[in-house]
Amino acid sequence: MTRRVVVGPFNRVEGDLEVALDITNGRVRAAYVNSLMYRGFEQILRDKHPLDALVYVPRICGICSVAQSAAAAQALARAMNLTPPENGRWAANLTLAAENIADHLSHFYLFFMPDFARDCYRARPWHEAAAARFKAVSGNAAADFLPARARFMNVMGYLAGKWPHTLSLQPGGSSRPLEAAEIVRLSLLLAEFRAFLERTLFGDKLENVAVLDSEAALLAWMEPRAASADLPHFLAIAHDLELHKLGRATDRFMSYGAYDEAEGRLFPSGFWENGAVHTLNVAAIREDVSHSWMEGDVALAPEHGVTLPRPDKADAYSWCKAPRLGGNVVETGALARQLIAGHPLARDLVERHGGNVTARVVARLLEVACVLPVMETWVRRIRPGEPFCHAATALEDASSVGMVEAARGSLGHWLEVRQGKIHNYQIIAPTTWNFSPRDTTGEPGALEQALVNTPAVERDGNAPVAVQHVVRSFDPCMVCTVH
Amino acid sequence: MNKPVAREPLNLLWLQSGGCGGCTLSLLNADCRNLFDTLAGFGIRLLWHPALSEASADEALRIIDDCASGATRLDILCLEGAVLRGPHGSGGFHRDNHESMMARVERLARVARHTVAIGSCAAFGGITAAGHNPTDACGLQFDGDAHGGLLGDEYRGSGGLPVINIAGCPVHPNWVIETLAILAAGGLDERGLDTFRRPRLYADHLVHHGCTRNEFYEFKASANKPSDLGCLMENLGCKGTQAHADCNIRTWNGEGSCVRGGYACISCTEPGFEEPGHPFSETPKLGGIPIGLPSDMPKAWFVALATLSKSATPKRVKENAQADHQVVAPAVKRTVRK
Repeated sequence: MTRRVVVGPFNRVEGDLEVALDITNGRVRAAYVNSLMYRGFEQILRDKHPLDALVYVPRICGICSVAQSAAAAQALARAMNLTPPENGRWAANLTLAAENIADHLSHFYLFFMPDFARDCYRARPWHEAAAARFKAVSGNAAADFLPARARFMNVMGYLAGKWPHTLSLQPGGSSRPLEAAEIVRLSLLLAEFRAFLERTLFGDKLENVAVLDSEAALLAWMEPRAASADLPHFLAIAHDLELHKLGRATDRFMSYGAYDEAEGRLFPSGFWENGAVHTLNVAAIREDVSHSWMEGDVALAPEHGVTLPRPDKADAYSWCKAPRLGGNVVETGALARQLIAGHPLARDLVERHGGNVTARVVARLLEVACVLPVMETWVRRIRPGEPFCHAATALEDASSVGMVEAARGSLGHWLEVRQGKIHNYQIIAPTTWNFSPRDTTGEPGALEQALVNTPAVERDGNAPVAVQHVVRSFDPCMVCTVH
Repeated sequence: MNKPVAREPLNLLWLQSGGCGGCTLSLLNADCRNLFDTLAGFGIRLLWHPALSEASADEALRIIDDCASGATRLDILCLEGAVLRGPHGSGGFHRDNHESMMARVERLARVARHTVAIGSCAAFGGITAAGHNPTDACGLQFDGDAHGGLLGDEYRGSGGLPVINIAGCPVHPNWVIETLAILAAGGLDERGLDTFRRPRLYADHLVHHGCTRNEFYEFKASANKPSDLGCLMENLGCKGTQAHADCNIRTWNGEGSCVRGGYACISCTEPGFEEPGHPFSETPKLGGIPIGLPSDMPKAWFVALATLSKSATPKRVKENAQADHQVVAPAVKRTVRK
């Protein structure tokens, strides 16, 4: 017998989310993901001065704010045919990397781990320690993490004026030139944060984490540290609960590529399918709206996209559109990024079990261990006295796209300017991909697929905890999803 | 008024609606040992927060419903994000399986002792109300600069106060912490709020106060493009001399602020900032004079002083204003008489 339960509103998902589950014999048979809120940024941006996008788009999202800025700055730079000077590039990379790292850790400490402190796990041998460490609000991990995070975010004071919602990322580079003394202070802040990561999160040097190359190496590394550092602590819990068997989606992954270097990007773009990386064909992106409360019948390319609400649409169940790549449902995020960048640990985890809850969490923290040392090199490459920013040029008619990686995955801004004003601005956010509803063919989105077969045992009238793990493993950002 | 119930912690419920969640993320930047301990230390008990609490779905709804029914005393209701009234007054742009957030917020505000708008969206509508306001967004007790909003001009919490508007996009973490602390101590009354009901503890300053570009401002030595060191008022849209906030006194994320970040103050604590009527990064001018003069400054005096100071600008200030690093250092001068 199948019954329908509506789980929501979810919290600790950065925004508003509800999931309808069809449950048969204690397992999810089908899931329907509803992004609950529509604000209308695409409508708001119409007819604005092109540079005004830099004010509006970061305010789509308080947690991916810089990623939104970076996508807009890149779209504008391409339209203006501008290449930021080297200093501007390093400053922009540092700003985005700081946000992404802070987001990965906020997800881990504040959004994801508190579920293991739940009473439903009280019979597990690890529960007491997990509850003391990770309980929401009162756990001692938050007491360690929050001041470390706040201190780390002081890099934003130097790089971006403030976070969230900076205007420092400009099409011509960064509006914030750095002096030699400030570069020293940035280095000190990175060193302090490295110490927190090595002592508290990993219990090991970042470099030793970054070279872990297989599931076996990861588990061997975890054993001696499980009682003393937070990632090994999680791995021990995940091993016991077999979270690697939970939350498998389509096993197709996409990344736009992250962090501009002199040549190419630190993590390259690509599309991963059947064990191999392929070139990403951006022209194959379409947004299906068959199950969205949105105007339209046919799936449009985002450069021709339309975002107009139609709240009474039959068969629709979410404000979220359904982006597809060559008709395929794809998953995006840190796991996709590291898989496509060829990290052996990410590859091994996916080759063994497909995309799953453990792999998504591991990939995020692995990325932290890989990126912080690169940030240290970017800081050293900044040359005070050399330019940080070129002047913007006027735009009359142009179309372009900005594609970046937010912490939680691929973010694209498609911009069209006519007669000096924004004629069309379309945004596809990471969680739009991951949490999309069904498309015209009836194929469910990535989370909807990942939830199928998840144990759905409700205790004490609470939402099934395994469902919560799967949902949060994607590090969803619902305010970006619909915007 | 506002005497706290004898030593019992105040129950705080935090909800989010038509916004980006950035005020919560900014709050987590608070420069304190631990935000949760800090609030507890002021006698505030966090009943539930959408980004931070364990309770989800039905568990969370029970907490909320207990507040609405009076089973749990609701001392402080915080809303982050605008109220989405559309489409057609239904609140349907933010609705879950149970009700619209508009209805939920109204239900709770009617029983709350104090209602606090966190950020410019909750206060006035903010960015969410920009453009032609596609979701019919408004603030709790303001719709832009017009009184009313969701709750109406007559609304008072049972503690006697109108909605407290901690405006800003986002809020500075300490604006929230200090306002809540004073509220919890029973020390906030209407005299502590300005004309837009913003706490005067931060709104009685101008962003201009403490601006590190002040010497450039004095001489009207202006930046022409982002990354220039000069004053941002004349060309790049800065409203710091009119905007109410203490951003350059207390600073953000350590030593930052918008103008220290090299970009204009867009007056984000002000109702209607989202539609300034000109491109954000350009200063509107009439006859070469910026339309938006510094607060409390007569135009004739501004023009006279600007003309005089421009003609007296030292070479150092003039050249540095349009460079991205100091090209002329201040002269070394003995200030001690021998």
